[in-house]
Amino acid sequence: MNWLKQLFLRRQLYEDLDQEIVLHLEERTEELVASGMTAKEAAAVARREFGNAQLVKETAREAWGWRWLEDLFADLSFGLRMLRKNPGFTAVGLLTIAIGIGANGAVFSVVNSVLLKPLNYPKAEELVALHQTAPGAAGLADFENGLLLSPSMYFTYAEQNRTFQSLGVWIKGTANVTGLAEPEQVRTVDVSDGLLQALGTPPEVGRWFSAADQIPRGPETVMLSYGYWQRRFGGDRAVIGRIITVDSRPRGIVGVMPKGFQFNDADFDLVRPLAFERGKLILAGFGFHGIARLKPGTTIAKADSDITRMLPIWMDSWSNGPGLDGHFYERWRITPMIRPLKEEVIGNVGELLWVVMGTIGLVMLIACANVANLMLVRVEARQQELAVRSALGASWTRIVRGLLVESMVLGLIGGVIGVGLACAGVRFLLAIGPANLPRLDEISIDGRTLGFTLVLSVLSGLLFGLIPALKYAGPRTSLALGSAGRTISASRERHRARNLLVVGQVAMALVLLVSAGLMIRTFDALRMVEPGFTDPQHLQLMRISIPDTLIQEPERVTRTQNAMIDKLSAIPGVKSAAFISEMPMEGFDSAWNEMFAEDKVYSAGSIAPLRLFKDISPGFLQTAGTRLVAGREMNWNEVYALRPVVMVSENLAREMWGTPSAAIGKHLRESSSMPWNEVIGVVQDVYENGVQEKAPETVYWPALIQNRYAPAARTVTFLIRSDRAGTEGFLNEVRQAVWSVNPNLPLASVRTMQEVYDKSGARTSFTLVMLGIAGAMALTLGIIGIYGVISYTVSRRQREIGIRLALGAQGGDVLQMVLTHGAKLALVGVTIGIGAAFGLTRLMANLLFGVKPHDPLTFATVAALLIFVALLACYIPARRAMLVDPMVALRYE
Amino acid sequence: MKKTAQRDLFPGALEMMILRMLKRQPLHGYALVQQIKRTSQDLLQIEEGSLYPALQRLLKAELVKAEWAVSSTNRRVRIYKLTAAGAKHLEREVSSFERMLEGITRVLAQGES
Repeated sequence: MNWLKQLFLRRQLYEDLDQEIVLHLEERTEELVASGMTAKEAAAVARREFGNAQLVKETAREAWGWRWLEDLFADLSFGLRMLRKNPGFTAVGLLTIAIGIGANGAVFSVVNSVLLKPLNYPKAEELVALHQTAPGAAGLADFENGLLLSPSMYFTYAEQNRTFQSLGVWIKGTANVTGLAEPEQVRTVDVSDGLLQALGTPPEVGRWFSAADQIPRGPETVMLSYGYWQRRFGGDRAVIGRIITVDSRPRGIVGVMPKGFQFNDADFDLVRPLAFERGKLILAGFGFHGIARLKPGTTIAKADSDITRMLPIWMDSWSNGPGLDGHFYERWRITPMIRPLKEEVIGNVGELLWVVMGTIGLVMLIACANVANLMLVRVEARQQELAVRSALGASWTRIVRGLLVESMVLGLIGGVIGVGLACAGVRFLLAIGPANLPRLDEISIDGRTLGFTLVLSVLSGLLFGLIPALKYAGPRTSLALGSAGRTISASRERHRARNLLVVGQVAMALVLLVSAGLMIRTFDALRMVEPGFTDPQHLQLMRISIPDTLIQEPERVTRTQNAMIDKLSAIPGVKSAAFISEMPMEGFDSAWNEMFAEDKVYSAGSIAPLRLFKDISPGFLQTAGTRLVAGREMNWNEVYALRPVVMVSENLAREMWGTPSAAIGKHLRESSSMPWNEVIGVVQDVYENGVQEKAPETVYWPALIQNRYAPAARTVTFLIRSDRAGTEGFLNEVRQAVWSVNPNLPLASVRTMQEVYDKSGARTSFTLVMLGIAGAMALTLGIIGIYGVISYTVSRRQREIGIRLALGAQGGDVLQMVLTHGAKLALVGVTIGIGAAFGLTRLMANLLFGVKPHDPLTFATVAALLIFVALLACYIPARRAMLVDPMVALRYE
Repeated sequence: MKKTAQRDLFPGALEMMILRMLKRQPLHGYALVQQIKRTSQDLLQIEEGSLYPALQRLLKAELVKAEWAVSSTNRRVRIYKLTAAGAKHLEREVSSFERMLEGITRVLAQGES
């Protein structure tokens, strides 16, 4: 660290040198005086013999290698002084950069936390999701989840695989916890053996489930989430071994998972062992998410072929019942598509975030262009100073460096303010972001984000500093001395850089505005779709589950639910109440199955598409506002009489019988062993997965049916139509009504249908808001840019305009001349922008709905808007030019 | 930018001569210049000032060290001394310089004959 010591001692070193030189000159002078010269002569001779003392000093200092550092400090303090001396310029520049960097920092921190950081598990890169597709099982295997695993698949994969360290399955659910406080419905995750082992996150307290916990009818155990442990047990470490009542059964607590632990991105309160009864399993039951940890060195391709190898083993080892061939599933064409767990967690949000990041990046470029423009104006005003410096021997690299240091200082200070804005911005993003954004709670401003903003600050400083630096610090500067002070008419060449910047800004603004416009059109198109329910704001929802440990007999379950509907309907202000297995867009897993029509002939090998099944109570259609297209709704008498009646959706009716009315009176059944059901009504299509997804073909079943598996719908969403929906007083009365029927029933997912609807459209509205903000920023910056350039040009051309006016040009001519200049710039920018937008909007095709990426209307509107706004921005300086007094202008000097 | 002051002859020559002078006895800057001038009998045009950058380079490389003292003529002077590393460096430089000189001389002699 010798050089460091020298660096700090350098003042001493320099002083020594200075003294030495003075003494040297003295000694020489004295010697010369001694030889008979006058003191004055001697001093002059001594100095001449010595040479340029200043240069000697500088060269000597250079020997120590600090010259560049010292120059940098000089440039820095000079830059800071220049910034302080021009508070207006500095404020505008800093604000522009700070907002740009703040917006970018905020979005980047989201991108970083969601997309870039590894998942919160040990060695997360080894974790994979056991994703598989089944093109032959449309409906059941949807695009997002693919075909989930059945318990028998889990056993086959866990026992026969050659590529995984450990493997397990899990499923989300709810359970009622009683005996602690008020009855509470909690979120559960049920896991098989091997799942916690695969994820590898050790428990905070206690232990994981062992193989013994997975034995059916063995000791019943449970694990807690960190949050639930804190909330219900105050973080008491002695909680291990305590018994809690879950769904009316006692379970012993064996462990607590640590803070921040999630299954993929599922929050939970309790974890229970699945405890499959191996002997009773069949092939079917595809409801479980599979996660595995790859053996070190294994690839996903190898794991895929491992699964492919095990699929026939699975079909041979299990059965769906006597006489049923397991190889039936070959028709489903089940294909493993194992993917990194991170990909599964992030889902389709990646594309959205990159689009947002891209647009915000464009805004940054526009902001840089604006600051570069400001810098150009300022450097032009300083041309004389630069020319003088250059004439005095400053090299042009030195001048360029000075200008760059100045712009980088601006960039860095802007960056520091930007980080502050980014912190606020992240909070804003979290507030407006899709509530189902994965890894939401991991979002924070970390080292990587800070590094990103630093790099961004330096790069933008370089970007907007380099343009003026290269333009004005070049070897031609000496020319400036000659013309210094003369307000000559601006040459074309001098404005080229600024014009180019404005053209670029207009082009980028057009791209952003077109994207924002497309999102507005998408939003519009989505709002136009009839979702299958009306007035969601006044539809109160809540979920109630009646476990068989509480009420065993199916009919009594339905009668209890019926009693609740009656009580709820009696609340003042309630128009009607009903229930359904799950409301559309709620995101709960639904049932799907095949449905065969009596009047159709099915060839032996063919498979019927899967239909969405919903269980509803009478009165559902009226309460939800779902339109009845033909026929009628079922009534309570039919429900209790177990009459085999169903309703179908309009698209299903059309697919099977051509028209809705033709469906009435037809018969459907699930399989040859099930009874026929009469179609009594046809219902409008309901957009189960959000309005942008196709409405699934749906069968509506009575809440109580003759079925040995699930005769009554036990977990259902109650819906209440009332103008008082969502108010606290109303909810109290609702709770009292429910508990007057049965005090042991917790209410969960209490919300209005509007909240569900908004959440389902959150992705679109988030994109819309982000692109809207970006577009508005781009438009504002673009206008400021155009205005600045035109207004500056006008002020530089005052003399020329004065001459024109003196020679007889009319004010209108001048106005037209200036506007033409602005219009030309805007037109060129718009043309380039249209070309760029044509290419770029294709990237957001998946975010659009009901509008093409090349929508001509959007393109035309945005182009017209930009040109109009640009002309408006030119009009103010143009008017000023028109009013120029020729006398004043010509005298202007 | 003008490059560093005229270093006479070739880069490193001045440093070599300084080291040679200091090997005999420690000297301060002014005395060094005078010694070199005198010894070379003014054959070499040395700008006095150019000595100091050379001295700074030697200081940085730790081939010489300097300390303030009072001279025999009772003036404050900064005396430069050769370090062990400086002595070794000088030997190397001189021998390589001599080899070079010999080479040049041979070539020149060849040209004459």
